[in-house]
Amino acid sequence: VSLARFDEARRVAIFGGTHGNEMSGVTLVNLWVKNGSEIQRKMVDTKPFITNPRAVEKCTRYVDTDLNRAFTPENLSALGEGDLPYEVQRAQEINRIFGPKGSPEAYDVIFDLHNTTSNMGCTLILESSKDYFNLQMMNYIKVTDIRLKSLLKASIQLVECCFTSVNIVLCDWFIAGLEVGPQPQGVLRSNIFEAMRVILKHALDFIELFNEGVEFPTCTVEVFRVLERIDYPRDANGNIIAMVHPNLQDGDWEPLNPGDPMFLTFDGKTLHYQGSGTIYPTFINEAAYYEKQQAFVTTRRETLVASAIRKA
Amino acid sequence: PLCCKPEKRGKVVCLPRLSRVAVCGGTHGNELSGVYLVRELLKAKDIVMEEEREEPASVLMVLANPRAMQQCRRYVDTDLNRCFTHATLNGPISDSAPYEMTRSRELNAMLGPKGSPGAVDLVCDLHNTTANMGLCLIAYSDCDWICLHIFKHLQRQMPDVPMRFIHFDVSSKESYSLDSVGKHGFAMEIGPQPHGVVRSNIYTAMKDGVQHMLDWVRLFNSGTIFEAGFVDVFTIVKNIDYPRDSETHNITATIHPQLQDRDFLLLHPDDALFQTFSGETLRYKGNEPLYPFFVNECAYYEKGIALSLARKRHVVVPAIRAQTEAERRRDQQGFASEEE
Repeated sequence: VSLARFDEARRVAIFGGTHGNEMSGVTLVNLWVKNGSEIQRKMVDTKPFITNPRAVEKCTRYVDTDLNRAFTPENLSALGEGDLPYEVQRAQEINRIFGPKGSPEAYDVIFDLHNTTSNMGCTLILESSKDYFNLQMMNYIKVTDIRLKSLLKASIQLVECCFTSVNIVLCDWFIAGLEVGPQPQGVLRSNIFEAMRVILKHALDFIELFNEGVEFPTCTVEVFRVLERIDYPRDANGNIIAMVHPNLQDGDWEPLNPGDPMFLTFDGKTLHYQGSGTIYPTFINEAAYYEKQQAFVTTRRETLVASAIRKA
Repeated sequence: PLCCKPEKRGKVVCLPRLSRVAVCGGTHGNELSGVYLVRELLKAKDIVMEEEREEPASVLMVLANPRAMQQCRRYVDTDLNRCFTHATLNGPISDSAPYEMTRSRELNAMLGPKGSPGAVDLVCDLHNTTANMGLCLIAYSDCDWICLHIFKHLQRQMPDVPMRFIHFDVSSKESYSLDSVGKHGFAMEIGPQPHGVVRSNIYTAMKDGVQHMLDWVRLFNSGTIFEAGFVDVFTIVKNIDYPRDSETHNITATIHPQLQDRDFLLLHPDDALFQTFSGETLRYKGNEPLYPFFVNECAYYEKGIALSLARKRHVVVPAIRAQTEAERRRDQQGFASEEE
């Protein structure tokens, strides 16, 4: 396909507080709910929205269950209203407002704002390598703003994930999870806040240009495709017995070769990566993933070609 | 106070042996270095007890807030590390009391009672902070020679770790934290580390710090004389809150990028403090340069603290050694005859 055509993106949502203690998104969305002039664009209806208000109020990741894993078909069709876990109720509510997938009322583009304790820089998380619209958006942002390369350690990368999330069920087209780190949970760092704000500014500019009929020529984008999750070494009772090795800590997006140090036990022994080839680790030492049995995630580096795109 | 009593034999201050030491982790359930370190020390202790080694001091390992640890949260109902005032420990308690208030009384019975002769000799309470503070010992006194000599020992043994001694000028009547239960005590605070995360460099620093502290206690108890010297003590002067919205009380600015991560670097009048969400710089309006610390500590948003400010002082620390058995008996007799 040399040129892909899509309908205009008329309705854009910006989600913050999907995890109530990831403060950049919470703060930005609250700002924009109060005064949305910064996110307005010609012919686009942009809606900032706090997805998990109770978790935001308590400054906790979730109240009953992780909202960003709650958008399963079973949950969305579950009956029981007030007896359901809080986040399942929220998922149903969000689906009503912004979806459902396939319907004419569904939003066209959704940005879901996140922070991570990992040293990931700015990361756009997409579902599919065929997602030409988002690939073009990412290319546009990188080409437009050279500050983003120096503002944070890693430039924008792309990760293909397969876990259930807001993405899969809600929207036909274009969902982007935007993950910016490192930032502790519950903390607002000015550099992280500014980076997220600038990225969204460029993303909305891109959408406006697209809607005006600009054609974005074919481009190549470096992406990191997720392979597998690696858990911490644990003892027979399930307790963690080692930490991310100092050589690997903060080494997101740097190659990890077979034999490289990976974990350090509490009594000082080094455990080495036993894989068959070089991988690129990310989500290294994310606080929220201890309970999900994930110390880091392995990825493969690829170069994708995005076809040219233009409004239909 | 006990620590400042000048019981001099020549130029050396003689202080009672430290026969019981407590190392506490998990006072805040999401400050994971202490949680994991105390768990490991408890495991190692089982091994040691099997070998029946004798220690001149007994070391108690305590996981202070197990329920908060289980949920990986700072606290369940209320901050445990504010529940150790005399008033809270001895006042009336109802069945519906917050979990941490009940727990503080249990800990007081175990390690105290606070203020009594039966209290443990030394409490070391392990903490993490999201602020870029390196390793800090935090104590209520700037003349507890035990704490100050431990600090000097750590500085000598760990020269690559940035280290500071922080003094909270709070009277023993008002002291509120777990470390105030022992006859001597301090918090060992290490950062930066996000809550809910174990960073290996931070864990290793805490493990080494605790080990060197226990080594010092053994040396002290066996009669070593620790030479006089000095310590740069940071005494807290005040806290500064974030600017907030008058209606919602939400913060309206972040720590300025020029201040973020710059704990213990002198803040001068008119230096940048905050950056508002509309991009404006707010500046420090005090008339005295002070040292910032606890800059952007996660847990202090709800306590209304964006940063704390301290003055630095050169404190002279005398030489010290442990009392001999004979000196201890003489003291007790002297005390008894005073009473008569």
